[in-house]
Amino acid sequence: MPDGVAQQVIDFRPVGRMALMREFWAYFSENRGAVMGLCFFVAIIIIALFADFIAPHLPNEQYREAFLRPPFWQDGGSLEFPLGTDAVGRDMLSRLIYGARFSLFIGCVVVSIALVVGVVLGLVAGFFRGRIDTAIMRLMDIILAFPSLLLALVLVAILGPSLINAMIAIAIVQQPHYVRLTRAAVMGEMSKDYVTAARVIGVRRLRLMFVTILPNCMAPLIVQAALSFSTAILDAAALGFLGMGAQPPTPEWGTMLAEAREFILRAWWVVTLPGCAILLTVLAINLMGDGLRDALDPKLKRS
Amino acid sequence: MALLDIRNLTVAFQTGNGMFTAVDRVSVSLSEGEVVSIVGESGSGKSVAMLAMMGLLPWTARVTADRMEFDGKDLLAMGSGEKRRIIGREITMIFQEPMSSLNPCFTVGFQLTEALKTHLRMGRKERRERAVELLNQVGIPEPVKRLSVFPHQLSGGMSQRVMIAMAIACNPRLLIADEPTTALDVTIQAQILDLLLKLQQDNDMALVLITHDMGVVAETAKRVMVHYAGQQVEHQEIGGLFANPHHPYTAALLAALPERAASKKLPSIAGVVPGQFDRPTGCLFSPRCRFVTDLCRSSEPPPAPAELGSALCHYPLDDGVPLNHPDGKEAV
Amino acid sequence: MSQEAILQARDLKRFYRVRRAAFGPKAVLKALNGATFDLVNGRTLAVVGESGCGKSTLARLVTMIETPTDGTLRICGNDIVGSSRATRRSLKSKVQIVFQDPYGSLNPRQKIGHALEEPLLVNTTMSKQERRRSAKEMMDFVGLRPEQYDRYPHMFSGGQRQRIAIARALMLRPEILVLDEPVSALDVSIQAQILNLLTDLQEQLNLAYLFISHDLSVVKHIADEVMVMYLGVPIEMGSRQAIFEQPHHPYTEALLSATPMADPFRVKKRIVLHGELPSPIDPPPGCSFNPRCPRATDICRQDFPEMRQVGKTMVACYHPLD
Repeated sequence: MPDGVAQQVIDFRPVGRMALMREFWAYFSENRGAVMGLCFFVAIIIIALFADFIAPHLPNEQYREAFLRPPFWQDGGSLEFPLGTDAVGRDMLSRLIYGARFSLFIGCVVVSIALVVGVVLGLVAGFFRGRIDTAIMRLMDIILAFPSLLLALVLVAILGPSLINAMIAIAIVQQPHYVRLTRAAVMGEMSKDYVTAARVIGVRRLRLMFVTILPNCMAPLIVQAALSFSTAILDAAALGFLGMGAQPPTPEWGTMLAEAREFILRAWWVVTLPGCAILLTVLAINLMGDGLRDALDPKLKRS
Repeated sequence: MALLDIRNLTVAFQTGNGMFTAVDRVSVSLSEGEVVSIVGESGSGKSVAMLAMMGLLPWTARVTADRMEFDGKDLLAMGSGEKRRIIGREITMIFQEPMSSLNPCFTVGFQLTEALKTHLRMGRKERRERAVELLNQVGIPEPVKRLSVFPHQLSGGMSQRVMIAMAIACNPRLLIADEPTTALDVTIQAQILDLLLKLQQDNDMALVLITHDMGVVAETAKRVMVHYAGQQVEHQEIGGLFANPHHPYTAALLAALPERAASKKLPSIAGVVPGQFDRPTGCLFSPRCRFVTDLCRSSEPPPAPAELGSALCHYPLDDGVPLNHPDGKEAV
Repeated sequence: MSQEAILQARDLKRFYRVRRAAFGPKAVLKALNGATFDLVNGRTLAVVGESGCGKSTLARLVTMIETPTDGTLRICGNDIVGSSRATRRSLKSKVQIVFQDPYGSLNPRQKIGHALEEPLLVNTTMSKQERRRSAKEMMDFVGLRPEQYDRYPHMFSGGQRQRIAIARALMLRPEILVLDEPVSALDVSIQAQILNLLTDLQEQLNLAYLFISHDLSVVKHIADEVMVMYLGVPIEMGSRQAIFEQPHHPYTEALLSATPMADPFRVKKRIVLHGELPSPIDPPPGCSFNPRCPRATDICRQDFPEMRQVGKTMVACYHPLD
């Protein structure tokens, strides 16, 4: 076709996933805080993965000669227990390192459950609209109407206190955010011509929902997942602190806080260090989430 | 003396991949009460030139010009305070999307009197009277009632009328209309064009009409500037432009219009307008031009004399024949 | 018409129930209120009208995204209302659509090669290699380079995207192509390329086009027959020549005169219509054009006029122009 010949000149930009990743990194790395957050987060992942090699002691091993030993830089501290020991003589550093495993595990499980269920519900609500939509959204409104921690407490009280139940409870509490976000994104995409085009071609419902529409709704969901990762860690710590999450002697940061409550005036490190661990991890993940939002959102507008 | 005089205006944008020249040495001059049209396809930089003149571009833009004067006052040297007094009062602009140009949170009356308040310092009652008068002027029925209406209650045509009323509120001397009818239906478009021309004559205001629609140009303007890829490739009186275009791009563009086509097969222009990454050397139109030679590909053409429409071409056309062309090509 | 019509629409209607305010009573929006027309292989029927005239609803009915509220729609002789699911599915692949906005009509996360293969994937049992081959053939056919198979839509210009959209519509070898303002989002020079492509395709594949547009100069160029619609109802129908040379409905005449022509020497006698389109939720009684019509009389405000033959066109008007 003669018209087509000359128009094929442009666009030497590279194609494929690598190029997309490179573009994403260009936007992400503009945000210093996000990069720092990412580094810290990666460090925590490495620590959690290799806890067995890094930690100087076992997390639950008690040293009867060393109760409430202070960190090494204080009088009475030694390098044998760099960050001191707790009330029953367990090494704080080792417990914190193993605690990272639990925090990441909680974050991953909670986000995966909330994300998968939330996306499916949101997709169904946004795709079919009508009665199904109303039913799902009213249910979500009810969940949202409770203060989230209170609802999680009630759920754990019903299910019985344990780390697994706490995670389920937190996932249920976080559910509605994913549902609303997915539904809004799906409804936005549904009105676009490419969805209509796919229907004219004869694409069936399931394929339309999961192959055509869903990938275009992922950007806000990824951001939400990153941010709710930190909320999950916080909530789990709060539940642990209240005695409704992981049970002692699990080295979970929130539970460690709860155990150390009575020593807060005598031995600052047993309370402060798990608190700092929670604070830094959550901060790092939030910074990273902000970076993700910056990198993914303009993308939405361009395409 | 010219009301607006711009010489060699260049606008470059800082982008992630270096500078992008959106407007390349464009000159515009226009006298009091004149109707001029800037025509071009998307990416031709036709709106950017006018936005640059008004100082409405984002900070990534670098604007340079040999001269940029409005009514004898130098816009380049002017402080931002002084500029604000001119922009919005003596120079105003209306845009393509009337629906999104109005703030949906405020009533039509509020938005209309806002401009009067800032620029003319009128009293409350006076402002209201003027607002009603303006709505009357732009042909909105029941103007008193419309003052308390919110933008979403208006149709596209009505919104554009309100935008025009806001633009002419301070009796501007220059109105820039950026694709004012593109988003509207044909019958409404006719109404709005008639209204613009009527207001232009009644108020003796200069009008710059930016459009991509050759039909709109033919029915409204007296003088036309054709833009291509940021350059002004031709500048002619309306009659001459349609009867005897001097730049090959203008000629090809006119020939590609379905209504001017003689056969079922349209004489289309192959290829696309060059973007940031594929800017050719030499003449920017050379990859798509029928009369292209090696000279066109290697060196930038100088503007032709004014009687040849200042066409930016090595071989400006006269009656369809490229002058001084080595092949002596004839028009087909 | 000598040839059998591939698509027959008889008194096609589509109503929507809409709520004007939250918790308010529902109203009936008559988006399309009785369209009758035939579409023949190798010919183009242009549907002309302003926004809200029911053009897009018609497109959605013909492509079977929605079912008509009333009236019959026959494609290749099969009535789509009464037919089985399997028949409907096979009929669906006979009608394909190209949209106005080439930026919204392609899935931004799908490589264009996959976009072209998708119709084959969901409708046929072709193997991966076969699908890939026919996608590449089609790209070549519409003037795209097969090497661009792996690219994403955002790497293409508007005109190229429209070629991709056309290629995708042609993958299932349809007989009817609904073109919903296919060139109005494109620049003039690109518009000509796409119009030429459409003309070539029609000649080679003997396609029937339902060409929806508001741009009369494009319609004049490409159409064989023209149907003018106003507020959900066809008000004038006829061959292109008849409509453009001697329109009989006052609205058609006004529409023609309002279209700007790229000819500064033309003597202008523009008929400017006053007022705007009424809301389709409560259309005026009688002929829907009567509030804006210069010739309206009492009878126009009572009953809707029947379609009848006046001169060379069919007109729904009590006071047609001659």
